Amino acid sequence: MTDKTDKIEQPSVIMTNLDKFITWAQKNSVWPFGSGLACCAIEMVATACARYDIARFGMELFRASPRQSDLFIVAGTVTNKMAPGIRRLWEQKPDPKWVVAMGNCAVSGGPFPTYAVLQGVDKILPVDVYIAGCPPTPQALLHGLMTLQEKIKTEHPTKEIFDVHARPTR
Amino acid sequence: MLDQLDNFPILKKVLESLETNFKDSILDKTFEKNELSVLIKKEDLIGVLTYLKTEQGFNALNDMIGIDNLPYAAEGKKRFSVYYQLYRFQDFQRIRIKVDTEENEGIDSIVSLYKSSDWAEREIYDMFGITFSSHPDLRRIYTPDNFEGYPLRKDFPMEGKK
Repeated sequence: MTDKTDKIEQPSVIMTNLDKFITWAQKNSVWPFGSGLACCAIEMVATACARYDIARFGMELFRASPRQSDLFIVAGTVTNKMAPGIRRLWEQKPDPKWVVAMGNCAVSGGPFPTYAVLQGVDKILPVDVYIAGCPPTPQALLHGLMTLQEKIKTEHPTKEIFDVHARPTR
Repeated sequence: MLDQLDNFPILKKVLESLETNFKDSILDKTFEKNELSVLIKKEDLIGVLTYLKTEQGFNALNDMIGIDNLPYAAEGKKRFSVYYQLYRFQDFQRIRIKVDTEENEGIDSIVSLYKSSDWAEREIYDMFGITFSSHPDLRRIYTPDNFEGYPLRKDFPMEGKK
């Protein structure tokens, strides 16, 4: 007799593009490494809390180590003395990795055009998304992270498997 | 304002003992907002501070302050001033010792006397370029090691030299 058990044992199949599947998994589990360098860190923490709830995007796991994270949120002023440390933290992250410059200081130096402050973190890191604001509101940060998700969606991770030259050379 | 010192007999006693022991060293003295400042000759810095620490009991160096006198160069002031803020715990008395110096002269280090002056002297060296002779480890403390110039000098551009 044909009962329910037979139907369950039938393998269900979803046809999809592997790129789409991988990027779908990546964009919904971006684990951030929050480097809170200045007042932007407060807004970043507020975004992680229950009211704005970054967990809706699968990003609630703020890691304390760069080796366990995918996304580098540079939240705050990067001084010239701190810059080698930031660069080293980024180098310790495993691929694939993304960088978000949060706040005017990380974007361009902001209100500090001085000898002590790095004029934009894009001088030492490849930044994917810039979020303006001083500091940006949690809504702005969430919008930036959603923009990053859109960007991850357009990437082709399988290309690196077949094409040696497409792999990151760093 | 020095006449107000009569209302502060303990500080007045300290100043009188300084004047008897270091008659030639004292160049100027001011009393303002209940604080006594004494400008002394640079060569006698160690002697005066040793006397204040061992004989008068000013055993804490609260802070060291560097000042660039470039705007007052026309008045004949020396390029830099360094202030030493001393404190006596027994009766809560403060005294400020001032020293003037030129750009390439340098000052005696007082690390052997007050251990807390170690990082303060490094900071003043970092920000003003005043060298402290016989300091055990005189190198920059805030700015990176390859930094050019001295940021708190009045003729330093805000964006840096590079």
